Amino acid sequence: MADTAQNDAASTDERVKEISPLRKALIRPELGGIVGTVAVFTFFLLFAFDSGMFNSQGVINWSTVSAQFMIIAVGACLLMIAGEFDLSVGSMIGFAGMMIAIFAVTYSWPVWIAILVTFALCIAVGALNGIIVVRTGLPSFIVTLAFLFILRGFTIFLPQVIERKTIIGGVREAAEGDWLAPLFGSKVFQGVFTWMGENGWIATFTRGNRAGEPIVDGIPVLIIWAIGLVIFGHVLLTKTRFGNWIYASGGDADAARNSGVPVNRVKILMFMFTAFCATVFATCQVMEFGSAGADRGLLKEFEAIIAVVIGGALLTGGYGSVIGAALGALIFGVVQQGLFFAGVESSLFRVFLGVILLAAVILNTYIRRIITGER
Amino acid sequence: MSDPIIQMKDIQKHFGRVIALAGVSVDVHAGECHCLLGDNGAGKSTFIKTMSGVHKPTSGEIIFEGKPMDFADPRDAMEAGIATVHQHLAMIPLMSVSRNFFMGNEPVKKIMGLPFFDHEKANTTTMEAMKKMGINLRGPDQAVGTLSGGERQTVAISRAVHFGAKVLILDEPTSALGVRQTSNVLATIDKVRKQGVAVVFITHNVRHALAVGDRFTVLNRGKTLGTAGKGEITPEELQDMMAGGQEMAQLEGSLGGTV
Repeated sequence: MADTAQNDAASTDERVKEISPLRKALIRPELGGIVGTVAVFTFFLLFAFDSGMFNSQGVINWSTVSAQFMIIAVGACLLMIAGEFDLSVGSMIGFAGMMIAIFAVTYSWPVWIAILVTFALCIAVGALNGIIVVRTGLPSFIVTLAFLFILRGFTIFLPQVIERKTIIGGVREAAEGDWLAPLFGSKVFQGVFTWMGENGWIATFTRGNRAGEPIVDGIPVLIIWAIGLVIFGHVLLTKTRFGNWIYASGGDADAARNSGVPVNRVKILMFMFTAFCATVFATCQVMEFGSAGADRGLLKEFEAIIAVVIGGALLTGGYGSVIGAALGALIFGVVQQGLFFAGVESSLFRVFLGVILLAAVILNTYIRRIITGER
Repeated sequence: MSDPIIQMKDIQKHFGRVIALAGVSVDVHAGECHCLLGDNGAGKSTFIKTMSGVHKPTSGEIIFEGKPMDFADPRDAMEAGIATVHQHLAMIPLMSVSRNFFMGNEPVKKIMGLPFFDHEKANTTTMEAMKKMGINLRGPDQAVGTLSGGERQTVAISRAVHFGAKVLILDEPTSALGVRQTSNVLATIDKVRKQGVAVVFITHNVRHALAVGDRFTVLNRGKTLGTAGKGEITPEELQDMMAGGQEMAQLEGSLGGTV
């Protein structure tokens, strides 16, 4: 009896249909992101090509916005795959920006110290989020919702007590000559852009004291951060053993523990990484604006989660892709700015968000059924 | 026969006022399949949890490879070479077979001094191990969720063996499976045994036990009713011992001897 069973199992199981290449391509988490990106670009190339969206300024404009989304989406993506949410990302952005401004402007600390201390502080808050979630076993939804309010409250309270206002300016002046600040608030490849301007490949100023200089004089370093974080996140997730632990922790925490995966450590580290990403976002923003405001980063946590879900991650964890999340962020940035270029009422952007979120979740559920063979 | 690889001597386990195990002795040799039979609540689970380091025995002695053992926790036991494959498996359906196979034990290769997951090695090893067990995968990247229950059991078993299990405890691996899947799992048990692994096979199905078992121990209400070798006992006797004789005989009568 045992022998026949063996032989049967060794031959191909006739009850399992061969998977068609199309269906196999469908089982990629990035599918939604790729389809969406193609659709969005096709749409705007057709309907808004002449609006200036695809000249040098236009491209930098939506690339910068997309890069902002990407930075927080990478953190949210890895955390979601590890099986948790962070709803405090938006408040963390406001809090981090405010801390940098208070340290650098009010206390006149050197900006690099202000930045480093803020990073340490925010990552510690991320760790606290993680520790509470892991220790109490409460849903991260609730724990980080609490921190959404706690951090936002401090962000409004502290500047009022210290400076009697809710916006603290003068960060750019304080950052003059600082060695660390340019890492978050400068432009790179300026030479390349000057050269391209001289060759007439990109638009240049025709009048004024900057005549002859390119209108776009470099790539904001924010974009480099975004690309760097996406590559880091993708490699970490797919090419390292820690990446396997991230999948395992989110897929089934008990099964992972039984196999010796340090699930708690993985989750706490992912909360810390999310906080790190939010702080990068905040630092870039503060350096760009030269000020910190108490309302910065509002709703960013949801935008990050939406980008991640569009990118194919499952809300329940254990499945997803950083590249997908990056594409989700790109779709976001292109649509938000594209609607502006196309002269469409900007409130419609929210309608679009809601619709695409719903479509993405339905598609993801379908893909999940294919993978797990549920019916 | 050589010395047993693991000996459980007069194990008692009390939970408060409940006596779960009242002196159970079992020994298992390398390369044998020792079936542990018993009805629900007979103490099978408590017994194997004691063996795998989850519970500490209230009294009694565990001798593993000739030395008395005192496992602090299941990881301790795992490292010593005692692996348990649970009814509810340590498998993640959304992950590929090879990612599951190496979960927690990922092979690593260094690229520019940085450790990276060696997918190539993981994939080839997984495919080989699966083939050895008679499972043809579509590919190492096939998700575990697409495998049948029996195939999942087999993946879990071959994973345990691959990572050096000397004693493999199978907790009712066939209880939720269909006929054909059950025979696949039994075939897997047979292969593992031939590789020299000591298998402890927990079941309450006498026929499954007789198909692969070398020796049989019946637990009833926290006590052993003795150990019998293959051919020394009939299925009817085993069934009777499991159920506690008397009542079962009456029941069987009313059911026409079909149980």
